This record gives sequence, structure tokens and C-alpha cells, in this order.
Amino acid sequence: MNSEIKTSNEDLSVSDPFAAAFVEEDVRGRSLWVDAWHRLRKNRAAVVSGVIMAFMLLLVVFGPMVLPWEADFTDWDNTSTPPSLETAHWFGTDAVGRDILVRTLEGGRISLLVGLVATLVSLVIGVTYGAVAGYYGGLTDRVMMRIVDIVYALPFMFFVILLMVVFGRHIILIFVAIGAVNWLDMARIVRGQTLSLKNTEFVEAARACGVTHNSIIRRHIIPNLLGVVIVYVTLTIPQVILVESFLSFLGLGVQEPMSSWGALVNDGAQDMESAPWTLVFPATFLTVTLYCFNYIGDGMRDALDPKDHL
Amino acid sequence: MRQEGLLRHATTRLLGLVPTLLILITIAFFLIRMAPGGPFDGEKVLPPEIRANLDANYHLDEPLLQQYFRYLGQIITGDFGPSFQYKDWTVNELIAQGFPVSATIGGLAMLLAFVLGTLIGTLAALRQNSAVDYSVMGVAMLGISIPNFVVAPLLILVVAVYAGWLPAGGWDWSWQRMVLPVITLALPVIAYIARLTRGSMIEVLHSNYIRTARAKGLPELLVIRRHALKPAILPVISYMGPATAALITGSVVIERIYSIPGLGSYFVQGALNRDYTLVMGVVVFYGVVIVVLNFIVDLLYAWLNPRIRYDVT
Amino acid sequence: MTPTLHIKQLLVCSLLGLVACSDQESDFGRPLEQRSHPVDLVLLEDGRPDPSVLAADQVVRRGNGEEPETLDPHHALGVPASHILRDLFEGLTAESPDGELIPGAALRWNISRDARTYTFYLRRDMTWSNGDPLNAEDFVYSLQRALDPATASSAARILLPIQNAREVLAGELPVEELGFSLLDEFTMQITLTGPTPYFLGLLASPVAYPVNRKNVEEFGDQFSKTGNLVSNGAYVLKEWKPRVSIELEKDPNFREAGQVLMERVFYIPSEDASTEVKQFRSGELDWTNEVPNNQFKWLQKHYPDELVTSPWMGSYFLGFNLTQEPFIDNPSLRMALTLAIDRQIITDKVTQFGEQPSFALVPPGIDGYVPFSPEYADWTQEERDHEALRLYEQAGYSDENPLRIEIRFNTSDNNKKIALAIASMWKQALGVNVTLVNEEFRVFLQNREQKVITQVFRAGWISDYNDPYSFLELFRTGHGRNDYGYSNPSFDALLDEVGTERVRARRERLMFEAERVLMSDHVIVPVFTYVTKRLVNPRLKGWQNNVMDHHPSRFMFMLKSRNPDIQGEQQ
Repeated sequence: MNSEIKTSNEDLSVSDPFAAAFVEEDVRGRSLWVDAWHRLRKNRAAVVSGVIMAFMLLLVVFGPMVLPWEADFTDWDNTSTPPSLETAHWFGTDAVGRDILVRTLEGGRISLLVGLVATLVSLVIGVTYGAVAGYYGGLTDRVMMRIVDIVYALPFMFFVILLMVVFGRHIILIFVAIGAVNWLDMARIVRGQTLSLKNTEFVEAARACGVTHNSIIRRHIIPNLLGVVIVYVTLTIPQVILVESFLSFLGLGVQEPMSSWGALVNDGAQDMESAPWTLVFPATFLTVTLYCFNYIGDGMRDALDPKDHL
Repeated sequence: MRQEGLLRHATTRLLGLVPTLLILITIAFFLIRMAPGGPFDGEKVLPPEIRANLDANYHLDEPLLQQYFRYLGQIITGDFGPSFQYKDWTVNELIAQGFPVSATIGGLAMLLAFVLGTLIGTLAALRQNSAVDYSVMGVAMLGISIPNFVVAPLLILVVAVYAGWLPAGGWDWSWQRMVLPVITLALPVIAYIARLTRGSMIEVLHSNYIRTARAKGLPELLVIRRHALKPAILPVISYMGPATAALITGSVVIERIYSIPGLGSYFVQGALNRDYTLVMGVVVFYGVVIVVLNFIVDLLYAWLNPRIRYDVT
Repeated sequence: MTPTLHIKQLLVCSLLGLVACSDQESDFGRPLEQRSHPVDLVLLEDGRPDPSVLAADQVVRRGNGEEPETLDPHHALGVPASHILRDLFEGLTAESPDGELIPGAALRWNISRDARTYTFYLRRDMTWSNGDPLNAEDFVYSLQRALDPATASSAARILLPIQNAREVLAGELPVEELGFSLLDEFTMQITLTGPTPYFLGLLASPVAYPVNRKNVEEFGDQFSKTGNLVSNGAYVLKEWKPRVSIELEKDPNFREAGQVLMERVFYIPSEDASTEVKQFRSGELDWTNEVPNNQFKWLQKHYPDELVTSPWMGSYFLGFNLTQEPFIDNPSLRMALTLAIDRQIITDKVTQFGEQPSFALVPPGIDGYVPFSPEYADWTQEERDHEALRLYEQAGYSDENPLRIEIRFNTSDNNKKIALAIASMWKQALGVNVTLVNEEFRVFLQNREQKVITQVFRAGWISDYNDPYSFLELFRTGHGRNDYGYSNPSFDALLDEVGTERVRARRERLMFEAERVLMSDHVIVPVFTYVTKRLVNPRLKGWQNNVMDHHPSRFMFMLKSRNPDIQGEQQ
């Protein structure tokens, strides 16, 4: 459909400049993605954040391979030493002589992984649930939303804690536990969007052509939810990273010698006076990342939300 | 007509509480019982004779299903039973002592966050994409970018230990001891509210009726106060239900670091100590609190937004 | 790295003059005169310090760890509760500031020749905090209550040496059948199942404290609440605000109220050691329950006068699960792992607070017992590592075929660091591949007990009473905490002998022999012995370090300033 309009647009542009301008305006309204990309690129905070995150990702993935220390190597001659070039511990060491830089980078892997995977879990559950409820409507919708209301009344954190206590702290469980309590918002947003999408012409057309419900949801509803979903994902990742750090504070986070930014920051916060470097470096990485995700998310929302460019 | 709808809505909401709570109790009951270990396990093991007495005393020797129904029967009368861990207190007493503290801290934090958040958000929206916007929002975002278990000890260190202006921890209902916990708790919420307000305020400021009001030559401040603020904080209001609940329940970190006797750490301690009755009591109580809070927020929302009616639920 | 040890602090109590008469007939009634003598200081004739050096406000604020689970002495289990109860109540025996036993409610006692019957002669001038007189009947009632199955007390475990205690707890005999008899209003007898040299010490623990019958019957479960609790110690409960504070006030009815200088005591609970230290630093506490790990150097630099560390009667060790591979019937592998740990590094760099490297089970300083010391205790670490490698290879492992094991521990910062250190040492010395598994406390305990998935696990013991037997009995066949699956008939036989031996020296030799057997079977990897560590206001005096870490407030007092006279006495 888009390409058709584009060709006609080219034709018109030659003959009638006024008509061309008019149609261009029209096209811009439709080709949401290109347009959003343009607007996102103009958002300086989001662009800078994107660049920093890309750099951070490279650092976290490849850094530990390059650096001279193993994350679990205990350097007994240099325990709790401040950052120094001499010892080759550029970020200093912790109480058992492990290199903070390597641990920060490896912790970043875990934190980002937890953020991504847990968000994906909540995404899959939330999108499917919300789309089904919104699309079918009626009794199905009411029952499904009733259930969401009920789950909403469960004290979230409490359930994450209970899950961690009951099933032990496996990293996969952290993904599932956080993801499983985070899907509710997603389900609600998606349902609302679906409700309005359901009555649009192209969905009604598809239905009239006898396309099955399942493939309508799959082929028409879900792709059109992408905008909302992407915004939601970028804003959920930092939340999830924070939740993981909260679990680390309660001693329910990832297993040693694995670490996460949350766990490192928590360790560092205990010794913020006696060994400030154990706090400052991981905390900076964590904070910068959270900032970046939030700016990117905000930027995307501004870019994708058609209401905002009135 | 509107009032009637509201009443019907209220009744449905409160009736909905019953299945919600039942499900809540069931999940929580069986989940905590699935956790390995029991309330009387310790590094120093008990002789079987003593163990048997304790189990009998707390009905732990009965089949699980029987205990479940016993608990349901007991809870209908509003009795959460005795705590396993804190032997001198009933769970009701512990909640009665802990909740006012949590609610005060959480409520004050919400108030602070609401005032500061909307203020910052509005300011940023009015100066959209300016240096003011970036710097104010940048500072507000600190709240959701630094974990509160870093903020709290840092504040104590600076304000209490170095400067000596406020106590480092503890609780006696004096304002001095509330300041730091309330600020710490409010920081992330300020950030969220500021973001929400900024977004919706920008939208509202671009709407036709604000343009009309401005065109009429009303002073900017008046336009904002009289026309823009109310619609702009609607999304904030709907966020406040779950947020207040999260503030009151999620203050575990704050409670621990500031040594505040709120309810959150009772839950964590209860879960770790397998204090079955305490865990259940706190979960059920919070279930009720959350439902009630969401209900209040609904009412507030309806009051602020004349377009919403409760004719259909 | 020597910790600051405040060795002899002064002691103010006229109790010193009160030499308990004990016409002991058996060997091990403790010779009370052997108490270490306090430093004589500015004491007036009545034994009190000169009032001019005392602060006007005699108040102490003591950080106390977790909220006490109860103030009913018969239910209290935890350390936090026991600190408070020690101030509120007094048993038949009591403890002086240096942790030695002194007469409490009983002025003196006799121990029969078979060491099974104790006759206590109670003081005649005692009253409850409500003014009611207190006599032997109260003690019999209270001990019966503690052991009554209806009370369902977990703490009653400690009283099992009393005759028929097990049967009464099991509901097979009525409480009247317990080994108590009332000779007259102020004389009572306690009969035990067998000789129990540490029994007098048990009587100073909360579960043996008297409770007021009228009080308990009137208020039931509520008797330990503010306003209800009647006690017999130096202090009364003024106010209990859960998880905020417990305030005690000097009891004017206490028999030695005139000697008690500290007027008010606040116990402040805290779940977070760093917060507690911050409260101390901002002047809200005079005494912390502990200090955070890792900060020894920092604290020593900034709070040299406040930081106090002292040996504690506890050992930290790792246990092997002897019922599963690879440790089943594999003593040379177990010995290899025991040898390949550089304990000096662990105590110097990881735990830091003056913990002592340990090569045996029982920590030093427990009731005069000298622990067993294996031959390799005197070796250098290189020699140990060398021998470890030989044994490791003898057990069939090598670089090509390395041992893979898990160290399991309950979640805690210290356990984590120690496990990390040990894992790295095993890896560096032998090439062992170690996985760390941390578990929430109760999950961990259950796994240990089941002995299925555990391999090497964190263990440790802090004694209930001042006797090595408390450590050794853990390894007896069938003991509830024998999570090692250790069973050695000759070890069990030695413990049986210890249980009936009445002569102190012979008993010690038996225990030493038992420890030797245990250590040569390589059931555990000893790591270090515990210390207590805390910050104390230098103006607070009248307390002393002791292995029990018991510090009754009634001997404490607060000075006006860091008195130079007293400063000179400190190290």
C-alpha cells in the first residue's frame, strides 16, 4: 500500500507542486517509521544515549576478553587496593583482591541480560494476553481483565521474594520472576491499543475476507502494536535492572562468583567510606545505563507518538 | 445518574475484593509452605520431643489442607493468628504497629513526590527542549537511575554523620527521623511523576482550548493553573494508585537502612524465617490496601475527569 | 595485625567480697576464687567509683542486632533476647563482667559426690520487681514451666540434663516427676541424669530464669509486655516498642540495687550493621552489636579507642559430606583439602578482625581446655601445599583429571568471601574446580541435613555453654546436627565416657582424645575461630571482654569524660 502511494507521489510531484506538497503531508502521516526515525534523530539526548549504550554493549561483551584479569581471580597481594596503574587494577580491587573493572564489565553482562530477558518474558506474556483480550472483547475480555485486576492486587515484590525463597536463586528464575510480575502493564496497554485497532478499516476488511482470528491477531494487530511495545521495552529494561539490584540487596540476587551491577553496587555501598572505588565504578556504569535507556525510551515515545507533533 | 453509577461501581469493586483475596490467600499460603525448611529449623536442632510440642502447638502436625481451611476460618474473623517468630505478639498487633509507620512514610513520600514531580514536569513542559527542560529533568531522572540502597546510606553519611543535622536511624514519630526516609523514598517517584506530567502537559498545552485561552489574553500562569493543570495530571492520578501501593509495600530497603519499624521488613523477615502467619497476614493486608488504594484513585480520577462515567462497568 | 584488645577493664562490684562458699565434693564445681582480679581504681570505701568521675546521666544505649523474638525467658532463643533478659532476670547462678560464674539468686550450693545432685541455698532477701518475695518455690515452678510440653519451649533443649526432662517433654511423665525437690522455703535440689560439669553455667541462661507465677497466670501470653512483666533482675521493663527500642530501668527492689550505677538501658535493634555503626558515630548508640566486615583498617584508623575485638567461643569450619562421593572413604582427599588452605591469608585479608587461624574443632579459651593441635599446624604453608598435592594425586586426581566440587554456604557477605578465598586457594594449590552455591539459610540447613546434594559445606558452631563438649557432641552418631554423616564408634565411646566422668582433668583428657580422633578422620576443615567485634563508647566502663560475649548492664557505668586515670589502665 505504501509503495503505491509513493509512486503516485513521484508522478504528481513533477506536474503539480501544490498537489505534491499536499500528498507528501499525507504520506508522512502514514509512514510512521521513517518519520519516527527522523524525529528520533533530532532528539539529541536519545542519540547520545544510543551511542553510549552501543559503546557500553561492546565494552561489556568484549572488555573481559581483552583485560588481563579473570573475574574470579583473587589477587592476595592487592586486596582492597584503590585504583592504580601500578597494580594494573585500574578500578581497584575488592576485599578478596578481585579486579573491579573486570567484575563491573562481567556484572554488566548479567544486568543487561536480566534486563533484556525479563523484559522479553513480560513482553511475550503481556502482548499475547492483551491482544487476545482486546481482540475478542466481550466476556473473554472481561474475564481476562478481571484476572489482571486480581493479580494487580498481589503485592509484587512480595511475590518475587517468595519465589526466590521457595525455588532458590537460579538466574533463569530471576528472569522469570521479574518478567512474570511485569507483564500486567504491558497487557493493559496492548489491550487498549487492540481495542482501538480492532475497529479500524483494515482489520474489518481482513475479517470480511474470512481471515481467521489467529492470523488477524498475528498479522495485523501485533505488528501494529510495535510502536507501543518498543517504547515500553526501553522503559522496562531499566526498571528490571533496578529490581534485580533490589533482589541483590536482599541477598536474593545472582550467585557468586557471577555478579551484576546491582550486586556490585550493593557490596560497594557497604564500604562507601572505606573503599569508595568499589561503589563508584559499578554505580557509574549502572546509572549511565539507566539514564541512557530512559532517554532512549522517552525519545522513542516522543518520536512514535503521533499526538505529540500537533 | 452519575452518583448512582458511582455507587454501583463502588459495590462491584468491593465485591470483587472477595475473590481477589481468596486467590491471594491461596497462592501465598501454598507458596510459603512450599519453601524448604520450617519456622523451627535452626543451626541448633531441636530434640524430637520439643519439635513435636511446637508442631502441635501451632497445628503444624495437621494435614496441609486442614491447616488451609483452619486459616481461612480464622481469617474471616479478622484474626491473623500469633506470629511464629515474634512469640509475644499476634500478627494483628504487629500489623497495627507497623502499618501506621509504613503508611506515614509512604504517604508523605507520595505527597512530596506529587508536589515536586508535577512542579518539575510543568516547568520542563513550559520550557520544552530548553536548557531548563534538560537540566531539571536530568536531575529528576537521578531518582530512577541510582538504587535507593546507595542513596540512603549516602544521605545518612552526609546529613547525619558528617553534618550532624539529623539522626542516622531509628524511629520515634518525630519529623527529624522522617526527613531522610521520606526523601529517599520519594526520589524515584518524583522522577516518574515529572516525566508523566511533562508528557501530558506538552500535549495539553498544544490543545485548542489552551490556545483559545491564551488567545483571550489570559496570563500564562492563570491558563496553566485554571485550564491546563487538571487535565495534565490525569495520567499522574492513574499512576498514583499502584505507585502509592508500591511505596507503602516496597519500602523494605528504606526500612532496613533507616531502622524503621514498618511492615515491609516484617514481610522479608517473615519469609526468611518461615513465619507463616506473619507472611500471610502482611500479604493479605496489603492485598486489601492495594485494592482500596486503586479504588480511591478511580474515584479521584472520575472526580477530575468529567468525561468518565460509571454507567457501565 | 594485632587487634585492639582492651584487656583488663575495671570492675565495680562489691560482689568481689562475696566469696561464694561451696563445699564442693566433686572436682569440677568451679573454684570461684580463681576469677581474674579487677583493676583497683578510684573506688570509694563502699566499692563504688568516685561519684565525681561519673556522668550525671547514667544511661547506656546498646545496639542489639535483630529484634528479640520474645521477652519470655523460657521461649527466648536468640542472642539479642538473651542480652536483654540477662538484665531483667537473674537465675540461680549469674555471670560477672568477665563471664565467670558468680552466685545469683543462690548464695551457695553443694554438689553431691556422684555429681548428679545440686543443692542450692537461696538468698533470703530477694523480691520480685513488684515487691513480692521470691523463694525456691518460684524457681521450681519456673523450671517446671520451661519443661512443660504445654509451654512448647524450644529453649528447653538446654535443660535436658535434668532428670526426666526428656520424658516430661515427650508428655510421658508429669512435670512433678522432674528432678526438682524443695527442701525448705529457701533450699532446693536439682537432680541430673548424669554428671554435667557445665550445669551451673546453664542455670545462668534465660531458660532457667524464674518467672512470677501470679504474673504469668494473670496475663498469659501477654505477660512479657510493657507494664505486665514482673522480673527479678537488676532492671525492670519500662517500655517495649517493637523494632524501635526496649527501655529498661533500674529496679529499686533488686537486692543489690545500691551497687547498680547504670540507671537506664536502651536496647536498640538494627537489621543493618552499617546503619548501626552510623548511629554510633552520630552519637545515638554507646555500644554496637557488631561492625560491618571489610572495614577493619578504616575503623582502626578512625575509631581506635572505640573498636573492640575479643575472642569468642565459636569456630568456623567447613564440613564434608561423608556419605556421598567424592568424600566417602577418602580421608587422603579430605586431608589434602584441609592442608591446602592458607588460613593466615583468610584471617589477615578476608576476615581481618583478629580471628585466629584454626587447625582443630574447639576454639581456645573454653573453660581452660587446650584444644588438640595436629602436626601440620606447625608446618609452613609451602610444606602443607606440598603434602596436599601428594595426597591429592594419591587420591587419583591430577591436572588432567581435576576434582570438581561445590562449596555450599548460607547467604552472607562473610561466608561468600571466605568461600571465594578457599575456592581460589584450592584451585591455585591443587587445581580443584570449585563451584560456589549460596542458599538462603533454611534451604541450606535442610540440604545439609538431607546429606544428598551437599559436598563441602560451610559449618561452624558458637557454643551454648562454656564447655568443649558442646562442640564435640555434634559429631556423635545420630546427632541432629551431624550433617557430615560421621560415625566412628571409638569417638562415640569416648563421648560416652566424657558423659559420666566426674574428675575434671580426666574429663578434659577424654575430650582431647575425642577431638584428636575426629581431626585425624578429617571430617571438617577448620578455618578460624570467631571474635566479637564492636564499637564501644570509651566513657562506658565496668564491662570486660569475655569468650561468652555476655555483658550484664548492671556492672556498667558511664564516666563524665575519658578519665585519664582509667585511660592509663587500658592497653
